[in-house]
Amino acid sequence: MVSAVLLASIAVGCMYAARRLRRAAWPLRGPHAAVVAWQAIGLAWGFAAIGALLAVGLLPYGQGVVGGLLALAGELASPTGLTTVGPFQLAAIGAAAGLTGLLLWMLVASFVAVMRARQRHRELLNLVGRGHPELPGALVLDHPAAAAYCVPGVRSQVVVSAGTLALLDRGELDAVMAHEHAHLRERHDLVLLPFASLRRAFPGVGVVESSYAAVGLLIEMCADDQARRQLAARTLAMALLRIGAAGPGRVPSGALSAAGTEHDVVTRVSRLLEPSAALSRRAQLAILGASAGLMAATFALWNLPL
Amino acid sequence: MNRLGDLERAVMDVLWGRSEPLTVRDVGRALADRDLAHTTVMTVLDRLAKKGIVDRSRDGRAWRYRPAASRESYVTELMFDALEQTGDKDAALAAFVRSMSGDEAEVLRRALSEIEHPRT
Repeated sequence: MVSAVLLASIAVGCMYAARRLRRAAWPLRGPHAAVVAWQAIGLAWGFAAIGALLAVGLLPYGQGVVGGLLALAGELASPTGLTTVGPFQLAAIGAAAGLTGLLLWMLVASFVAVMRARQRHRELLNLVGRGHPELPGALVLDHPAAAAYCVPGVRSQVVVSAGTLALLDRGELDAVMAHEHAHLRERHDLVLLPFASLRRAFPGVGVVESSYAAVGLLIEMCADDQARRQLAARTLAMALLRIGAAGPGRVPSGALSAAGTEHDVVTRVSRLLEPSAALSRRAQLAILGASAGLMAATFALWNLPL
Repeated sequence: MNRLGDLERAVMDVLWGRSEPLTVRDVGRALADRDLAHTTVMTVLDRLAKKGIVDRSRDGRAWRYRPAASRESYVTELMFDALEQTGDKDAALAAFVRSMSGDEAEVLRRALSEIEHPRT
């Protein structure tokens, strides 16, 4: 029973931690460490929630989650069938299996949807994108609106629109390229994918939506920080402002700025123009240590016969 | 870019450049400088038809091919993917700046003009 209670506490604690982390100020100063913290919270939440259900269901075996699963499998294979667990325990085990299935299925579904969208996008890009002599490795789309983005993957591609070329000067274009290449190099798309799939599994759930938004903003800051190593922060900020200000504004007014939250671009620009000191090495190590500790505790509780 | 992708692009440029549907022979002739085998052009057009990028119709014994959509409409589709990022596509691409409302763009415009013309 002890491990069930502890695992359930970790699951609830992760949701609380996600709320706190969403509002904390330090991620602005150490986005890389914050991304690791988000990943640890997400993963620990999943394992703790599934583990808590299993721990309740497998309690009669008295061997913890992993030992209990083995005992359950052994009993299922034996000719006498299930004798140890009752209907209540079976319901808990069923719920755990359902949650596991849902999370895995959503992860696969998100992955497939993303792959399909990218495949189609790449095929069309191949037909209508053109190279540009001054931007080696990038494709240009003949469209007056300002856009710059990358298509991640094994055959990754950076794309800018003609509108962006007209809007930005040489240095600002380099800043955009450095930012996009950082996304591709660090595979930020893979960081975001599990959070996108969680959102798919639990649509409209506040904590899930805000985790996705937070991680989305953090990976942008990570890419901003990478770009800032190669060029002036102000140049990158100007590129962000120019592209943002040229924005099409197609979304009805107010739809995105619900609850008066600041738009991501504003946060990124202020961070670039008025940088606060980066997180100290010590603080970063403490965050990484806490993340590792959270994971270790969750896995230990799966294995302890408590 | 791989050879097949390069050929598809060249073939589409030919089809987009003409107003009337073309046969395999017409396309091969337009790309005469590449010296392509008839079957190569046919394979490329067949692939494009399967992907829904060209439409084909019978004309006597030959097929005639024309683009299913204009170049501009594909450019628009790509821009829409990049700027809107809704639903399933939200994690597919990584935009430099995500789409924003008119009000938000206005905030940025004001910030930009203050930086460029600071009030003293």
